[in-house]
Amino acid sequence: MNFSEVFKQTNQLCKVSPDGKYLATCVQYRLVVRDVSTLQILQLYTCLDQVSHMEWSSDSLFILCAMYNRGLVQVWSLEQPDWHCKIDEGSIGLVSSRWSPDGRHILNTTEFHLRVTVWSLCTKAVSYIKYPKACQKGIDFSRDGRYMALAERRDCKDYVCVFVCDDWHLLRHFETETQDLAGLEWSPNGCVLAVWDSCLEYKVLLYSLDGRLLSTYSAYEWSLGVKSVSWSPSSQFLAIGSYDEKVRILNHITWKKITQFEHPAIIDNTKATVYKEAEKRPGVGSDEMPLHNITMGATLFNTQSKYEICPLPVQIPVVKPDPDRASPKIGISVLAFSSDSRYLATKNDNMATAVWVWDMQKMSLEAVLEQTSAVRCFQWDPLRPRLALCAGNTKLYLWSPGGCVSVQVPTEGGFQVQSLNWHCSGDSLILLGKEQLCLCYMDTDQEDKFKGTRCRLLECSFFLSGLKHSQQTQHSS
Amino acid sequence: MPESSTVKDVLSSSVECRTSPLRRFSLSALHRNSLGVFCSEDNVQECLSHISQEVSSFGLRPAWTEPGSGSELNIVAALNCMYDLIQLHRRGLRTLENMEVEQLKSNSNVDFLQLSTTRLKEQLEISKRENTGLLERERQLQLKVKSLQNCLKNEKEEVQKLQNVIASRASQYNHEMKRKEREFNKLKERLNQLLVDKKEKKQAIDVLNNIGRADGKRSLWKTEKMEAKHEGEMYKTLLSDYDTRQRELQLENAELRKVLQQMKKDMVSILSSRKPAAKGDKHEHGGTQAASEEEDDEAFDSSKESVELYCVHAREKLTNSIRLQWRRLKSHVERLDSQVSSAQTGESKSTDAVPRETHEEEMDRLKLEIQQCKDFIQAQQQLLQQQLSSPCDEETASLLSDCYMLQEKERLGDEWKTLEEQRKIFERERRNFTEAAIRLSHERKAFEEDRATWLKHQFLNLSPFSDSKKPSLSKSKSAFLISAETDSSAAVAPEKFIKHRSESPRCVPLTSPSTADLYRTLCLIPEDSSTKPKRKTEHVEESSVFCGNAPVRHKRWDGIQDRTLSQEKNSSI
Repeated sequence: MNFSEVFKQTNQLCKVSPDGKYLATCVQYRLVVRDVSTLQILQLYTCLDQVSHMEWSSDSLFILCAMYNRGLVQVWSLEQPDWHCKIDEGSIGLVSSRWSPDGRHILNTTEFHLRVTVWSLCTKAVSYIKYPKACQKGIDFSRDGRYMALAERRDCKDYVCVFVCDDWHLLRHFETETQDLAGLEWSPNGCVLAVWDSCLEYKVLLYSLDGRLLSTYSAYEWSLGVKSVSWSPSSQFLAIGSYDEKVRILNHITWKKITQFEHPAIIDNTKATVYKEAEKRPGVGSDEMPLHNITMGATLFNTQSKYEICPLPVQIPVVKPDPDRASPKIGISVLAFSSDSRYLATKNDNMATAVWVWDMQKMSLEAVLEQTSAVRCFQWDPLRPRLALCAGNTKLYLWSPGGCVSVQVPTEGGFQVQSLNWHCSGDSLILLGKEQLCLCYMDTDQEDKFKGTRCRLLECSFFLSGLKHSQQTQHSS
Repeated sequence: MPESSTVKDVLSSSVECRTSPLRRFSLSALHRNSLGVFCSEDNVQECLSHISQEVSSFGLRPAWTEPGSGSELNIVAALNCMYDLIQLHRRGLRTLENMEVEQLKSNSNVDFLQLSTTRLKEQLEISKRENTGLLERERQLQLKVKSLQNCLKNEKEEVQKLQNVIASRASQYNHEMKRKEREFNKLKERLNQLLVDKKEKKQAIDVLNNIGRADGKRSLWKTEKMEAKHEGEMYKTLLSDYDTRQRELQLENAELRKVLQQMKKDMVSILSSRKPAAKGDKHEHGGTQAASEEEDDEAFDSSKESVELYCVHAREKLTNSIRLQWRRLKSHVERLDSQVSSAQTGESKSTDAVPRETHEEEMDRLKLEIQQCKDFIQAQQQLLQQQLSSPCDEETASLLSDCYMLQEKERLGDEWKTLEEQRKIFERERRNFTEAAIRLSHERKAFEEDRATWLKHQFLNLSPFSDSKKPSLSKSKSAFLISAETDSSAAVAPEKFIKHRSESPRCVPLTSPSTADLYRTLCLIPEDSSTKPKRKTEHVEESSVFCGNAPVRHKRWDGIQDRTLSQEKNSSI
């Protein structure tokens, strides 16, 4: 495993083009495009203000930079650097901007969700979609980019509009049986639309592309309901995370619950492996470090850590949420299927330090990763069953069915990983700190990777012990 | 004692029966003789006739052949008559003794029954108390249940109320929210209007030059045709999705069907290969299930047929046959199970599957067990014998019923020891008795000689009738004083009679110590009873009571007799 040097970025705006060739980052009001393999700057664009949102078009030819506080969107072309496009939403304001799947239209949502403006880059035409609903996830494009589902609110009722993205033809428009629609998501095959109600009511509705209601699912009443929803890449499973700290898995034939995954505070499932991160504090006399070693010291201050396999049963630290406050920190907030739909990773908000990995074939708990600090972000490798996670510290953690490693990011100045993104090839990871970013290159062979990591860790510890030794000799002299 | 009185009644009635001739005699005698003497010079003839009458009424030969001929007494006949009378008396005594023993036994029985009754009564009392306690508890529990039910009802009502509250609030909130949303929408509209009307800062797009579509085509007009095309495309995607799904399901089904078929084949092969063996077993066992076997054969054939017939259309048949096979397999397995269990007890060859070592081990184990059992039985028998030899039968019975062998053995040993001691004491006592008896016999001999001389003297001086009544009286009296004779204080009767009586009890202790004797000895040594274990003491108490009662009763009988006599006297006077 190798790490690149550190680059600057702001607002964690850093994205790899969909074809995987370029890396775009925003630094203040500048947009920098680099080659992923060489990391050399290919293009540099200057925007009118600090960028709040940046997005690649699906064909990797254009980059959209939105400046929400100015109500402006600027589009840059990679092929023609002198080509420019500026969309001004005027005094109506802008809260969200995105590409349509064809990469030739931009959808802007105005302030107060007054409307969605669709700008065409081909014809300069503008069209409006009224009554968009302000909710968790009000717009979703099908994976093949053909259809767009939009949540609508009119006359105090929820509707769903299905548009054909080609010419923004309204294909279907139907009322949903929801109290307060919170989100919608297409199945990966684009044939089923999952719609869920706000957390006040546990209700998940499944609509066919042609607007037929396929099924309704509700696990319980009265208490807070759905918190997160995720389709498996195979469209076979729909995972629903809820406030009762459970994940329910629906199947795609009967839309009934197959199983439910509970997140108990005490794990005694003998089939599961519990990896617990154990920290080791290095040197004692670090304050007496000689001056010439100060640069090395930066890494030294960071604690080493490794995973230990805990004997069962294991108690996971639980934070009891305040019941009087709205949207309590409890329940399954993040759900992610691995690319082969074999594993499901979940995070329960009142057990912020743990990530749970479930085996979807055995329908059982596979592993639990207990970190020393709260997990910030995790993402599956787009090609392999490999989970990368970060916890707001200087380490990167990787889980795969074979085991679990913790890797120190060997950068200066205490690079704290806040977020991460896989490169689409699964060969590298983009680690995002507060104002920095760094690339982490995986060894292509998975077994080599783990060996490499271990070697590197060993090197690291050897280096440390050597350093300590030298300190001691200096002391004695 | 209510029981003893009944016994006494019976005995007294027998006594009355026996004394009735005597009474009659005494009546007549007293009628004739105011002096109270039975026979005098004047009424010899009458007496003779009376006696002969009495004797004949006993069924004996009369003492003289011709009663009216003269006063001469045929001595031989008289003696014979006397001898017969004595014999009769002896027999009477013996039967009396037997009856007394019987009575003692029944008395002890009665005591035991009484004891058990009291015990049972106590138990009844206890159980009654328990019952009332339980009833009380039940009542309390019922009260508790009732209160809990009330609580539950209240809670349910509360829940209902709260739910109603929640529902009403929710509807209120929804209403409010809708109102707000409507207002909000109105505001939005207004804002939109204002923004559209406002000219100075409009939405705008500024593109250097238009770019081509990603697919390179020109955009198309929105027409009916386009709409239809979109619809068509949508349905196409849906159709393709359903198509793929159907294909997947078909594949899955095919696979499952394959698995089913495979399973079926395996089942059939297993069952058909196992069957001959099973048949063999059956024949060994007597072939009782031949009919069912035949049935199985038929079923097998039909299933095979269905296998051959199998195709996509015969799906139902397949599932049915699988079900059938499965049922058969299940029953077969069950049968095998039962066979295995039966083969373990019997000696069938099918148990070859079980290795020989385990058999041998099992055998060894069983042998050991048998040996243990035998030892156990032996010990039991030993104890039983010990118990049987000891005189307390009821106890042995009760002891046998519960076999706490080790404890009992020890206890019995102790008892045995104490009994042994008692026996020794008793032996000593008996020796004393025999010595006393010998002394008595010596004295008796002397007395006999005295009497002989005296009798001779009397006989020579007086008429033969003058003292012939005395021995008969003494005999009748001695019959009731049989057990009192051991009492030294009971020698109130004239010495003469005591000496005469001592003959009969002497032979009893010399031959074998009867239970009565043992009781007597126990009665004589009451101090020992305190040292004995509890049950023993009970027994001793019983016996002591029994012994204590016996003389009293005898005395009472005497009293009764006296009373009857006195009554007769009164009536005669």
